[in-house]
Amino acid sequence: MVNGLNLLFQFLDSFAFIVLAAAGLAIIFGIMGVINLAHGEFIMVGAYATTLANIRLGLPLPAAMLVGVLVSAVFGLLVERVVISGWLPNLVSQRAVGRDVIEPLYDRLADSMVATWGLSLIMVQGVRLTLGNSLDQIGTPLGNIAYSGFSYSTYRVLLAGVALAVLGITYYVFTRTEYGMRARATIQDEDTARAMGVDTERTYMTTFAFGSALAGLTGALYAPTITMVPGLGSSFLVEAFVAVVVGGPSVVLGTTLAGGLLGSINAVFSNLVGTFFGRIMLLLTAIVMIRFLPEGITGFVERLRERRQEGA
Amino acid sequence: MATGHSGGADANAEGLLDRLVGRFEGPNTVGNSRRFWAGFAVAVLALAAYPLAVGSYQASRFSLFLVYAFLGLSLSVVWGYAGILSFGQVVFFGFAGYTFGVVSVNFATPAGITAAFVVAVIGGALVAATLGYFMFYGGVRNVYVTIITLVSTLVLHTFMAQTAGDAWTIGEAALGGFNGMPTIPNLALGVGGAAITFDSMTFYYFVLALLLATYLGLRALVNSDYGRVMVAVREDEDRTRMFGYDVKRVKLAVFTLGGALAGLSGVLYAAWGNYMSPGVFELTFASLPVIWVSVGGRKTLLGAVVATVGIEFFRNSLGGELAFVIVGALLLLSILALPGGIVPYIHESYTQRRGSTATSEPTEASTEVVDP
Repeated sequence: MVNGLNLLFQFLDSFAFIVLAAAGLAIIFGIMGVINLAHGEFIMVGAYATTLANIRLGLPLPAAMLVGVLVSAVFGLLVERVVISGWLPNLVSQRAVGRDVIEPLYDRLADSMVATWGLSLIMVQGVRLTLGNSLDQIGTPLGNIAYSGFSYSTYRVLLAGVALAVLGITYYVFTRTEYGMRARATIQDEDTARAMGVDTERTYMTTFAFGSALAGLTGALYAPTITMVPGLGSSFLVEAFVAVVVGGPSVVLGTTLAGGLLGSINAVFSNLVGTFFGRIMLLLTAIVMIRFLPEGITGFVERLRERRQEGA
Repeated sequence: MATGHSGGADANAEGLLDRLVGRFEGPNTVGNSRRFWAGFAVAVLALAAYPLAVGSYQASRFSLFLVYAFLGLSLSVVWGYAGILSFGQVVFFGFAGYTFGVVSVNFATPAGITAAFVVAVIGGALVAATLGYFMFYGGVRNVYVTIITLVSTLVLHTFMAQTAGDAWTIGEAALGGFNGMPTIPNLALGVGGAAITFDSMTFYYFVLALLLATYLGLRALVNSDYGRVMVAVREDEDRTRMFGYDVKRVKLAVFTLGGALAGLSGVLYAAWGNYMSPGVFELTFASLPVIWVSVGGRKTLLGAVVATVGIEFFRNSLGGELAFVIVGALLLLSILALPGGIVPYIHESYTQRRGSTATSEPTEASTEVVDP
């Protein structure tokens, strides 16, 4: 019984971590075809902004978290305008030399990976240079729940609830709002969407900012629980990356299923053999999954559904 | 371009030289002019004279950059010529380095170290062949190959980091977890009395000679018929298959060759620092080859070598703090504004300035495929 509870807690913990880490990355990948290797650093921006707002400005934690989300959304918007779409550099170069110098990174998977990796290097080292090697940490709020010899942090249980809420909100945004409709139209067929009057450029911009805001939220939420170092993003990136690959193209469903699958694998193996082994199994699962389901879980589900429809 | 050179059938020395050089020239490399080869010879001589001018400490420092050049070349071949973006060249680099460490610590005689050298390079190639077979014959393509190689790097990093303790000792060699594996012997080649053990000076010349041979060998390869098939796979995989080529086999062969080159780099790295650690599997280190090759120009072997040595020299001289910001900015700029890379760009503007009188070839041809 106690062991079962332990397993459940560990599952919730890794489920929340994977879903929160992956949501922003999945949205940007799913809609823009951009693999953002600086995603971990966007999370770092959220965590740093939250911590600084809380400690240096003395804001209460929830307000500081809001600051973290806003700062990373604005930062994401800036990155999209300057690097991903090259809008600002091209505007300048149009005036100066009369032509575009940058081709947007949309749907250039490999190039987007390499370019955002460069961005990530600059961000990690830039933060290290300006703010030093570490920041003071906010204490974990809300205390512990104890149950016959085991005690869990209430805050971390709460995170699982937030992860579900994020999934719910994302689902709502993409299925019930006008922006969501435009975004889905852009994924389906960019050219047609544009012909029908969707401002795809604007959709991309909003999407990138939305994804960055989710990264910022993740950073803000985890800021009280992790050591504040400039390289903190890399521990999020790996899980996020694996979840997106395993989940496949459908954003909400993919992230949920991948979080569930990987979370249970991680919980079971961490419990049975040790934390490091849980992590290795996570990564090996990803490799095997790509090999057999290159489109991820949702791609597989999609194919099954199509086949059934054809048969009927 | 200069393929017409071999036409002169006169048996004088010049014709012979032309024919020799002709094997290294073709549409898949930059620098097919006599001027280029003259500059190349000057550069090689300068590199050979470098240790004499700066002493053995600086020579030893610089030899690390030459060691990295093999890693850069391995990615250039795999990514630039066959179109497989591997984020996992360090997997073969690290595997070979550790293998060299384990074997050479256990058999610390020149013969043993020579064997370790060979075993480790073959080991790197075998790991690449296994991973490549799993991917290419399993139908994994494009960006998913990149992701699998990236994840493989992370698996090895996580795995090697926990190898502290007695359970992870092979013979006399302890893998050492995060602390790494110290006291790997210097490189030695040969058996018994006929063996050479390399110190910092001789190691430099050994690496330089090996790099020169590798570069020329790869130039010959990419300009051969097989090289054309590689480039065809890069440009359009499906069409190449339609023409009857076994695309999977080509990709596997190139990937294996890349593994061997990365393995060679790893062995030299282990012997250079007498040390291996899980740090070589870190994301930051894994990304370095991608940076070198994209900045230098992935479709040229010369770009890979020049950018690797240049960036590493620069990074090392500048020290860790600001270096990564500048390297990151270089990477970002080159991807966004110079997607072809710096070396092809310089080459293009150079040939353009020399005027179209010398060559009637369109300058774009140096970076694009020109199938006759």
